[in-house]
Order: sequence, then structure tokens, then C-alpha cells
Amino acid sequence: MSGPATAPDARDIELERSRLTSALAETWRTPSGFLGALATVDHKIIGRRYIFTAFIFLSLGGVLAALMRIQLAQPEARLLGPDRYNQIFTMHGANMMFLFAVPVMEAVAVYLVPLMVGTRNIAFPRLNAFSYWIYLAGGMLLWIAFALDMAPDVGWFAYVPLSGPQYGAGKRADIWAQMITFTELSALAVAVELIVTIFKQRAPGMTLDRIPVFVWAMLVTSFLVIMAMPAIVVASSSLILDRLVGTHFYNPAEGGDVLLWQHLFWFFGHPEVYIIFLPAAGMVSTMIEPFARRPAFGYLPLVMALIATGILAFGLWVHHMFVVGLPRLGDSFFTASSMAIAIPASIQVFCWLATLWDGKPVFKAPLLFIIGFIVTFVIGGLTGVMVASVPFDTQVHDTYFVVAHFHYVLIGGAVFPLLGAIHYWFPKITGKMMSESLGRSSFWLIFIGFNATFFPMHILGLQGMPRRIYTYQPDLPWHGLNLFVSLSAIFLTIGFLLFFVNAISSLRGGVTASDNPWDAPTLEWATTSPPPSYNFALIPVVGGLHPVWENRDTLSVADGLRSDRRELLVTSLATSEPQVREASPQHSIWPLWAALATTVMLIWSIFSPWAVVWGSIPVAIALIGWFWPKGTPEDEA
Amino acid sequence: MIRHVRTACHCAVLAALLAGCGGWQSVLEPHGVSAISLRHLIILIVAVCSVVWMLVMIALIAALWRNRDNSPASPGPQNERRMTIAVTGAAIATVLMISTFTIMSFFATRALSVAGPDDLTIRVRGLQWWWDAEYIGPDPSQRFETANEIHIPVGRNVRLKLEGLDVIHSFWVPSLAGKQDLIPGRPNELTIRAERAGVYRGQCAEFCGMQHAHMALLVFVETQDDFDRWANAQRRDAIQPAAEEIAAGLQTFLAKPCAACHTIRGTAAGGTTGPDLTHVGSRRTIAAGLFETTRGSLSAWTADPQTIKPGNNMPMVPLTPDELRAVSAYLASLK
Ligand code: HEM
Ligand SMILES: [Cu+2]
Repeated sequence: MSGPATAPDARDIELERSRLTSALAETWRTPSGFLGALATVDHKIIGRRYIFTAFIFLSLGGVLAALMRIQLAQPEARLLGPDRYNQIFTMHGANMMFLFAVPVMEAVAVYLVPLMVGTRNIAFPRLNAFSYWIYLAGGMLLWIAFALDMAPDVGWFAYVPLSGPQYGAGKRADIWAQMITFTELSALAVAVELIVTIFKQRAPGMTLDRIPVFVWAMLVTSFLVIMAMPAIVVASSSLILDRLVGTHFYNPAEGGDVLLWQHLFWFFGHPEVYIIFLPAAGMVSTMIEPFARRPAFGYLPLVMALIATGILAFGLWVHHMFVVGLPRLGDSFFTASSMAIAIPASIQVFCWLATLWDGKPVFKAPLLFIIGFIVTFVIGGLTGVMVASVPFDTQVHDTYFVVAHFHYVLIGGAVFPLLGAIHYWFPKITGKMMSESLGRSSFWLIFIGFNATFFPMHILGLQGMPRRIYTYQPDLPWHGLNLFVSLSAIFLTIGFLLFFVNAISSLRGGVTASDNPWDAPTLEWATTSPPPSYNFALIPVVGGLHPVWENRDTLSVADGLRSDRRELLVTSLATSEPQVREASPQHSIWPLWAALATTVMLIWSIFSPWAVVWGSIPVAIALIGWFWPKGTPEDEA
Repeated sequence: MIRHVRTACHCAVLAALLAGCGGWQSVLEPHGVSAISLRHLIILIVAVCSVVWMLVMIALIAALWRNRDNSPASPGPQNERRMTIAVTGAAIATVLMISTFTIMSFFATRALSVAGPDDLTIRVRGLQWWWDAEYIGPDPSQRFETANEIHIPVGRNVRLKLEGLDVIHSFWVPSLAGKQDLIPGRPNELTIRAERAGVYRGQCAEFCGMQHAHMALLVFVETQDDFDRWANAQRRDAIQPAAEEIAAGLQTFLAKPCAACHTIRGTAAGGTTGPDLTHVGSRRTIAAGLFETTRGSLSAWTADPQTIKPGNNMPMVPLTPDELRAVSAYLASLK
């Protein structure tokens, strides 16, 4: 007879664990069936949908870009008339900025942030479901309008008076303004969810200096969203009022001011660019570690640079307005602040270079995209410094030079990292690896195609080609380069197609991924690929910035959360000490109803201001359903 | 005979124009004081930035090349201190470069303003989708209006008073100066001085609606004598038609809605919605740079402005073939 066992033996632990995981799976599962899918509040399911939808909008926006390039390949081409072309470039800009770039970053964050901070769901999961539905509705509104030949045609910036009641006839500009409201609602909701998740749901031990850089980036981005959005809310509501109710906010004949629009729009619109770029920079800082096989150099400067960019982003909107005739001294201030934002950006670049220099790079597809990102983003940054200079800008503003500049920043600075990120997190999200060889080929096609498409646009701009023109006359010396640009765009398109082929075929028949195929250091790799509905069976306890590298064998874990109801661990803001257990909401169909009711109200309000009154009744009903108190287990006890 | 000589002259001018056309709307071929000083700045900044990019690329390639063997690495910092020094140094260099650029552009902005008193003031107004130019002389009798083409004397300071009458437009003649917006309710000014005679093309640079692509304007830079001759001719009222067909053209013009929108000085036509046509036959182009002015193009335009430039604010005025012929003959005669 052996003595009583003091330590539970391995088999017991295993048994205990499987009992725990099946209980958790039961508690956290998404109900099956179609209705279940509509009611889910699992951040991973919503995040996946969100990413997928954003990529659909990317491809649609790409189709529009292709149409523009076909039209511009020849002088006086007759493929698109001015009317369609203006809708198309407006749609392209609005779609890429509001329906692709910002949402896709939020989508990736909705998926990753809870995993990276080691929690079981995002904060306010029903709001999360709502924000996805409302985003989908806003995007569909825009595209249905386009199909009906009713799409906005006043530019994605919708300057008044062109978008005002007098010159923007029909419902086009209203559709633009309402689409903005949809995306605002959704972006604001996600920003709030992310801030609370990051502040209050980090795993025990994940103090402020142990937060992954991508999570920091999303935190700063979320604050940018919250601070920039009010400006556009004010701007677009005033526009709607001018158009529907007959106010004169922007009508100079009645004491309004057309520049008010530009100030408000760019006070939002400039930070918008950083709302796109900062998450991408965060992705790079996070992804570079496993591929340089070294911790990212300069955690503190990287994080400070993100914060500094976020602050500076609000001080330079006037550089979009250098030629409107503002006082010169003010312009000099905005030159200085616009140039200054190059400093945090370059510090990040230097840190990434240092990381590569000191590491041992492995050239997998994600690293290729990072390299492509550095090459192109630096060009976009330098042309940014150029256009920040008032005298320089008076010549290139609103020309193809600027089109080249911001595509270098947006595609080079955000889409390249994003594509790298998709390769990198694909196994985490789907459990499959993306094909490395297809990944490389698509990288090279996109990289070469991109530069051949957009670099010549710098020259076209200097040669005097204004942007937003649907055609040009043959006596202008632009057609050679335009043809070249349009042909190069074919390479770019094939590259993107190959990327999609890769994603789809890998999803179907890709190699099954291990839990941590890249040997990456952050928490999301400490669970299975793809993660279970409850993310972590036991909440990890973090002891450093690279928990998975630092505790190669097992992470220590926190116990004590109930498995029979959805519970999260709430921790303190700075030190991440466990504070309380908090119930996380159940799945619910009400967010969908609320989104539908909101959609009806917003679309109806394009036609009648009274919709704001009557339309809010169904919204209120849906919200009551959503928040109707249900007994929690504590109450029952 | 004289007609032939004139045609020959026109051809020569056109050929010269085409030969030099690479630069007639280009930042890189400046012929105005501000545009020239802007080109220096642009080339300098572009050169410095190219060098910077090259340095970053060298660093990137070196970083990737250094440890390219595939030996398994234990991840971990090796040279934290040296890296810190390098990154700090690079950051300081960035700050210096940025500060230099800021100071440079501050001084460049000041250098842009054309020095000296103005010799000529022109009020330029942007409309959907054409330009109205009003020459403001010292006394009101000297005023006259034209459209889509402005003439200025070489080497003189010309002050442009820029006004947007409907939506926002932007006045941009890259060979002469940087752009400046025309904003409803907020007049702007821009002083230009051309250093070389020639014809320079400009184009609206702010998206202003359907025909933003077709809102060009030509700036003719001439000797003072040529300019004075031109201005004097412009000040005169429209010629009274001599030939019968032309007189019929005037009658049609007055009888049909044309006169409601266009002015022809010296006649009863006084509309202000469209361009002043008093000397339309002497302009090189019509429809804001879309076509050469010929009787044929005038006739095509009048017959169907909407197919030629969809969305513009001139409605189609139904005319019989005879009326159309007469009107275009009349317009072409308005030299
Ligand atoms: C597929 C590759 C792309 C091509 C070939 C392309 C092409 C173009 C072209 C030719 C224009 C100029 C329209 C004009 O000024 O008339 C344009 C405008 C624009 N593009 Fe792209 N684009 C691409 C991808 C993107 C992406 C990924 C984004 C954002 C993340 C983006 C954002 C914009 C924006 C904001 C505008 C300004 C629209 C406006 O002027 O209102 N583009 N694009
Ligand atoms: Cu215009």
C-alpha cells in the first residue's frame, strides 16, 4: 500500500483539465444554426467576419481603381463619362478610407486584442456585434446607391458648397453623409470596446510596460477615433441640416463659411490617416520579433512614438488647406507641426532597422511584406515632408503628386503591413498556414506593380496633371506615363488576386498549423490555433514583455474563474492586478435588431428629417430588448 | 494674300506652341518669378530626400545581409547599447533635417511674394466650369471682361483678385506660380510676374464638379506693346456686322435665349451667366480650353454643348441649320 498521494498525479490534472475545457466550451459556445450565427457575441467570429467584409470592400474599391486607370490610360477616352467617373473616384476614396482601411484595422484588433491581452472576450461584446452590423449596413448603403447610379460624386472629402444643397442636387451627398454616420457609429463603438478591454481586461501581470506594441497602437488609435469623430459628426450633421432643413452653416451668402467645413473635415480627416497607419505600425513592431528572432529594439521609443504621433496628428490638419489663403504665419506653424510628425515615424523606422540589424532575419512572407513596407513607407514619408512645406505644396497640392504620396503612405504604410499580418496571423485565425511560395510571388507582384503604378504619378503631378480629372486632352504631355501607369496596375491587380487565391486555397487545403508556428512571443500564441471559444482555459499570468519566449514550457495561470457562466477577470489599469470577476454578456439577437432599426432610421432620414423622431422609436425598442435585465447566477443564489 | 499671311502666322505660332508644349503646364519648366524660385526649392528638397532614402535603404540592406545565415538563433538582444547610439544619432539627424526644411520653407514662402508695386490688376472669377477675367483699369472706362484667356505684359507685376462665384475652384498656372483657391465669400489674391513671353496653360486644381477636367485657362505673356494693342482691341465694343449672314447671326443671337446669358458689348446682349463673348473670335480656344476657336467648333458647340462637355451650364438652344450657320459666322467674326 502506498501512502496517500499529496500531489495530484498527471492523469488527474489531465482529467481535471478536460472537464474544465468541456465546461468552458459549453458556457462560451456560439449557438448553432443560422440564428446562432446572427446572435453571436464571440469576438473571434465577429472579428473574422469583419476582416472578411473589409477585404470584400478592398476588392470592390480595387475594381473601381481599375476602371479609373482604364479611363485614364488614353487621352479623351470615352469609357466613363464625367458623371460616372466622379462617382467612381468618390466611391473609391470613401470606400477605401471608411469601409476598408479603418474597419480592417479595427477588425484585426477585434480578433487579436483580447487574445493578446489574455482575456476571454472583448469588453461590451454585444456592442461589438452591433458595430459590425452597422458597418455592414453602411457599406451596403453606399454600394447599393452606386448600383442605382445614386452614389456620391463630390469626392470623399465632400467639400461644400459643391456638396451643399445648391450644387449637390439629388440625394448623393446625403448618402455620403449618412454613410459617414454609419461608419462613425461603428468605429466609435469598437474604440470604446478596445479601450476598456485594454485597460481593464489584461491578464494578471501584464503591466503597462508589458503590453504588446500592437495593443498599444490600438489603444492610441482608439483614442484618436474618440477625439477625431466629434469633428466629423458636427461637420456632417451641419451638412445634412443645410441640405434637408435649410440651415446655412456653410452658405457664405447667409453668413455661413465654406472653410468651416474644411477645418472640421480635416480636423477629423488628418487623424484618420493615423487611425490607419498606427495599427499598421503596431503590427510591424509585433510581427518583426519572430522574424528577426529578437525582441523589437526600443520598446519604450516605439510606444512613445505611437503616442507622440497620436498627439501631433491633431495639430496639422491645416496642411490640407495651404492654398485656401489662410494667414501665412499660421501656415508656418502648420508646416512645422506637419514636419515634426516625421520624427516619431522615423524613430520607429530606425527601431525596426535596428531590430533587423541585431537579429537573425528569416525571410518568410510576413517579413517580405515588412521589408516592402519599409521601402515604400519611407518614400511616402519623405514626400509627406515635401508637401508639408507650404511653398512646395502650392505647386503639388491636388495634383497626381499627392495621389502618389498618399498611396505610398496608405498602401506602403498600411496595406503592406496588413497583408503581412494576414500571412502571419492566418494560422492563428484559421488553423491553416498560408502557402509560402504563393505568398512570395504575390508579394513580388504587388511590390513591383505598386511602385510601377504609383511612382510615375509623382512625375505626372510635377508635369501639371491635376487629380480628380476624368480625362485629359491629347496635347498635354501626360499620356505616355498614364498608359504606363495603367499597364502597371495590371501587375498590381494580379498580385492582389494571387493573395486572395492563396488565402482561399490555404483555407481549404493548407497545411495544418501548430499552435505557435512562427515561434512568436506574444500571448495569442499561447493558446491553440484556432483558439477555442473561451480563448484560454486558464487565464495566463504574464511575467514579461514576451511571455511565450520567457516561459517556454508552461505559462503560469490564474485560476478561480467560474466555468459554468461567462466570466472575465478584471484587473487594475496600471499594474494589472486581479480585481474582480465580471460577467460577460450572453449571445443575443438584439444587437442585430438594433442595427437594423438604426439603419432604417439613418436611411429614412436622408429623405425626411422626421425620420429622426419616428425612426428612434424602433431603435429604442431594440435597445430595451438588448439591455433588458436578465437574472445573473448570483441573483438566483 | 493678307489672309494667307495671317494663316501662316497662326500656323507658326501653333507649331512653336506644340514644340514647347512639354512645358506649357509644368512645375519643372517655370517662367514666372515665383515658379522659378519654387523650382529651386523643389529640386533641392527632392535631392536631399532622395539621398536620405538611399541611406535608409543601405542600412536596410546591410541589416538584412549581415546575419543572413540560417543558423538557429536564440532570440535575444546582442548589441543593445550600440543600437541605442545609432538610433539616437539617426533621430537627431532627422530632427536637424526637418528643422532645416521648416526654416527653408519659411523663407521660401516669403520669397514667393512678388516684390514691387502692381502694374495691373485683374479680377479672376471661377465658375462651373470656366474663368471670367475682368481687367480693372485706373478708371472705370478702362474696364473690360474676357473669359478663359488672360493676357499679361512680360516682366510686370500682375495682381490677381481671385473669387469663387459658385463652388471652390483653384487658380493654377504651374509655369508661373503656385496655386491659390477661389473660395465663395472669401476673396484671395495672388501676384504673378512672368519673366518670359509665351503661352502658359493653367487648369483648375480643386475638384469643382462634373467638368472639373475641362476648366483650363491660357495665359498669354506678351511685350508691353503687344499687350497694349490687345487691351485696346478688347476695350472696343464688338464690331457691327457688315455682311448679311453675319448680321442675321446677331439677330438670331439676340432673339434666342443666347443673350440672356452672354454679353456682347455694343449690342443688346447683356447676360452674365456665361462668358462675355465680345471678342470671342480672337480667343484661341473656346469652352475653357476644350477646342481651338474656329467657325466649325463654334458651330458644333452651339449646336450641342451638352454632348461636347456634359453637365456644363449652357443649355441646348434649338436653332435651324441656317440660324446655326449665321450665329457661328457672327461669333467667329467677333475678333
Ligand atoms: C488597387 C490599387 C489602387 C489603385 C490603382 C488606386 C488608384 C487611384 C487613383 C488613380 C486615384 C485618383 C483619383 C483621382 O484623383 O482622380 C485614387 C484615389 C484615391 N485612393 Fe486609390 N488606388 C488604389 C488603392 C487604394 C487604397 C488601398 C487606398 C486606401 C487604403 C486608396 C485610397 C485612395 C484615396 C483616399 C483616394 C482619393 C480619392 C479622392 O481624390 O477623393 N487607394 N486611387
Ligand atoms: Cu474648377
